[in-house]
Amino acid sequence: MKILVTVKRVEDYESKIKVKPDNSWIVTEGVNYRANPFDEIAVEEALRLRDTNMPSEVVAVSIGSASAQAEIRSALAMGADRGILVKHDGFLDSDAVARLLQKVVEKEKPDLVLMGKQAVDVDDNVAGQMLAEYLGWGQVTFASKKEALESPEEKAKKPGLKLGADKKSMQAAREVDGGLEVLEVQLPAIVTVDLRLNVPRYASLPNIMKAKKKPIEELLPAALGVDLSQKVKVVRVEAPPARAAGIKVADVPALVKKLHEEAKVI
Amino acid sequence: MATILLVAEQAQGHLKKATLSALTAAQQLAQKNGGQIQGLLIGPGAAKSAQDLAAYVGTVLTVEGAGFEHALAEVHAAAVAEAAKKVGASDVVIAATAYGKDVAPRIAAKLGAGVASDVLAVVSANQFKRAMWAGNAIATVEVATPVKVISVRATEFAAAQKAGSAGSVQTLGVAAPPAKTKFVEFNEVKSARPELTEASVVVSGGRGTKGDFKPIEALADVLNAAVGASRAVVDAGWQPNDLQVGQTGKVVAPKLYIAAGISGAIQHLAGMKGSKTIVAVNKDPEAPIFQVADYGLVADLFKALPELTEEVKKLK
Ligand SMILES: Cc1cc2nc3c(=O)[nH]c(=O)nc-3n(C[C@H](O)[C@H](O)[C@H](O)COP(=O)(O)OP(=O)(O)OC[C@H]3O[C@@H](n4cnc5c(N)ncnc54)[C@H](O)[C@@H]3O)c2cc1C
Ligand SMILES: Nc1ncnc2c1ncn2[C@@H]1O[C@H](COP(=O)(O)O)[C@@H](O)[C@H]1O
Repeated sequence: MKILVTVKRVEDYESKIKVKPDNSWIVTEGVNYRANPFDEIAVEEALRLRDTNMPSEVVAVSIGSASAQAEIRSALAMGADRGILVKHDGFLDSDAVARLLQKVVEKEKPDLVLMGKQAVDVDDNVAGQMLAEYLGWGQVTFASKKEALESPEEKAKKPGLKLGADKKSMQAAREVDGGLEVLEVQLPAIVTVDLRLNVPRYASLPNIMKAKKKPIEELLPAALGVDLSQKVKVVRVEAPPARAAGIKVADVPALVKKLHEEAKVI
Repeated sequence: MATILLVAEQAQGHLKKATLSALTAAQQLAQKNGGQIQGLLIGPGAAKSAQDLAAYVGTVLTVEGAGFEHALAEVHAAAVAEAAKKVGASDVVIAATAYGKDVAPRIAAKLGAGVASDVLAVVSANQFKRAMWAGNAIATVEVATPVKVISVRATEFAAAQKAGSAGSVQTLGVAAPPAKTKFVEFNEVKSARPELTEASVVVSGGRGTKGDFKPIEALADVLNAAVGASRAVVDAGWQPNDLQVGQTGKVVAPKLYIAAGISGAIQHLAGMKGSKTIVAVNKDPEAPIFQVADYGLVADLFKALPELTEEVKKLK
């Protein structure tokens, strides 16, 4: 089977994020970049599905500036077979991302598209669902599994997504309010992944070396015929309101007194 | 006149509380664009919960029948888009619950609309505030399309009040399109405690519990509180997934949030820093959680929590 997996270059969650003084965006100087953590889980799942369903291929796609080559390379170093960079400098809303991915999907004709549930820069949680609708495909969002991350299944690196015997459908558990829902979706489909689907592997040094030789194709939005005008524009970025500094209390009775008499919450 | 379509969420005839917060957001939007609000309910129980919703809005539309038994995103999105076209909606508003997040972008794609997701505030008829970078920044976004889809962070809006007179209920003749997804099963996590996002007190445990939630649960019981957790706890399988509080889990804003054995990573804070009063119990005085806590107690949770539980009992 052919699996397309999306990888976004985002600010490292370990970096300190500060708003620019002119409120136009965040300060990007001195910030580290990496692949969106959810997308790493998507790559891991794609590799497990490939390796248990040979022959298969995993194609990593990123939309972004030339720098996003680095995140494609890290997917290739994890084990993906080849990469596609849709080159665009500057902000794109999740709708434009979905419409660009639609074109890539129409070109590549994968059986499955694996994505993160949300990009931890814009925190939108939108692109996968929009792509599914544009393609007229079924979707499973927030994919997870019943087995815990400490389970033997996870240790054995078994895929959490269960491909049907006829390879025409897939079963997936999803994290919803109040529990885990299991859906069966016809392929091709869109699956967006949540945190408990798997623990992504680290790339080994030999695989990092091998990844340097794997091909990355470059595509341009204009050549794909996609209008990039934004449906959702970011007009201002502010620092969040700060919480007033609190106090330390000496012991439990002092805490209870404060909660009862001052905050009046118990 | 503009029509704002409020997509309500219900299960077996019970309206979800988050919907009433989304309604408040819709009312604020109506004040900016002069629109009038209509409610929409889909699936088994829609007619029953429509009676409840009609206490709040003038017109409630219901869609029921074959194909709507389960909240499949592709099917629900199709029904909402059809309803939106029928009523000439300028805006579709929905609570950003797991259901809302699943379905809202598909509705938007169907309507050629832009979607503002997990909105914290209504700035104008087309501008909304939302959190980015785990709440490290608050963006004002402008939705440039004629039809807009807005998913609403329920904790940022108070529940709407009932209207003076009851509204009307109409069934909408919409058929479910054939679906490419099929419901298989739901593994419900049963709990006798209040729902995490609806509780007025939340007691959360982190890795510091080492998986022993007894002190957390005992305190939650005397406070009639919901139990929450950090990602570390949920990843370890110590507590169910849907108890994760944070950027990529649930957002809560109770009147009292007690964090025990939680370090206070930015991703956790993103889900609870809107709480009215925050208490942190952590044995490390340098833990970042103390920077957002109104009351910090440097202590071993296995000693402090049972003591706190006893003190609270005495108060009652
Ligand atoms: C993409 C992404 C998304 C994420 N989303 C979320 C999210 O939504 N929610 C979330 O919570 N995290 C999230 N995280 C994880 C987050 O970064 C932290 O790793 C996590 O919150 C840490 O959990 P913790 O505080 O329980 O554990 P730790 O950071 O290990 O902290 C444990 C704390 O317990 C204290 N402690 C130990 N023993 C005791 C004791 N006996 N008594 C009192 N205190 C004690 C320690 O001093 C320490 O401060 C996310 C991370 C990523 C990369
Ligand atoms: N520029 C991009 N390049 C590649 N994938 C992306 C891009 N933007 C979003 N995605 C994918 O869509 C998912 C959801 O993103 P979002 O809806 O923007 O939060 C991410 O986890 C990625 O898998």
